[in-house]
Amino acid sequence: MASAVVPAIRVQREDFDVAHEIAALTKGRADIGAVVTFSGLCRDEEGALAALELEHYPGMAEAEIGRIATEAAERWPLQGLTVIHRHGKITPGENIVLVVAASAHRQAAFEAANFLMDYLKSRAPFWKKEHRADGSEGGWVEAKEADDEAAGRWKTSGE
Amino acid sequence: MSTKLIYFAWVRERIGKPEEDIELPAGIETVADLLRWLKSRGEEYENALQYPDVIRVAINQEHVGHREKIAGAREIALFPPMTGG
Repeated sequence: MASAVVPAIRVQREDFDVAHEIAALTKGRADIGAVVTFSGLCRDEEGALAALELEHYPGMAEAEIGRIATEAAERWPLQGLTVIHRHGKITPGENIVLVVAASAHRQAAFEAANFLMDYLKSRAPFWKKEHRADGSEGGWVEAKEADDEAAGRWKTSGE
Repeated sequence: MSTKLIYFAWVRERIGKPEEDIELPAGIETVADLLRWLKSRGEEYENALQYPDVIRVAINQEHVGHREKIAGAREIALFPPMTGG
C-alpha cells in the first residue's frame, strides 16, 4: 500500500469554497474514484439564533485536528484529505466546518469523513456561544452525550 | 518554574482572565491536585471549577485525564467539553 496522505488542515476566520476545495484535491489526478464532502453550517434555530461565536485554542486546534486526520489516513486508504474549521462570529446559513475525503472507492471516503466529524465534535478544541435574535446572550452551547457516543463507536479493541 | 495556565469558554469567563503564569506550590502532582488547589484561590475559581469532573484539560496542547502528572508542563489549558464541528 502507498504511504498515507498528508492531510491539509486549516483553522481560519474566513469562509471556504466547497467546490474549490474538491477541485484542489482532485486536479490532475486519475486515481481518485470517490470524493465525500461534509459541510457543517450554522442554523438559525427557527429564527431564535442571530449568530454563533466560535472560540478556539490556537495551536492545539490545528494539532488536534491533525492528529484525528492522521489517524483517519492510517485507517482508510485515502488519496486526499482536507479539513477546514472556522472560528469567530458565524451567522445562520454560513459554513462552519468542511471535511473532504478522497479515495479510490466510496466506502473509505464515506467512513473517513464520518469518523472525522465524530471526532472533531468531541475532541477538537472549539466552543460555540450563542447570540440570540432578541439581542440577549444565549450562553455556551452544551456538549451532547450523543456526540461522545458517536465518537466511541469508532474505537478499535485495545483502545 | 512557572507554568502558563490558559482558560477557554465559560471557564475563562468565570475566572475572569484568558491566561496567567503561576508558580505551583510543592505537592501539586496531578491534574486533579491542580484543579483542587486552583479552586481554593478565590470565588471566581470556585465558580469556574465547582464541578471539577466536567473540566477538560490539555497539557502542552494535548488532551490528558485528571490523573495525569503535570511535572514539566509548560502550558496547561482548562476548558469545558468541546462543542465544535
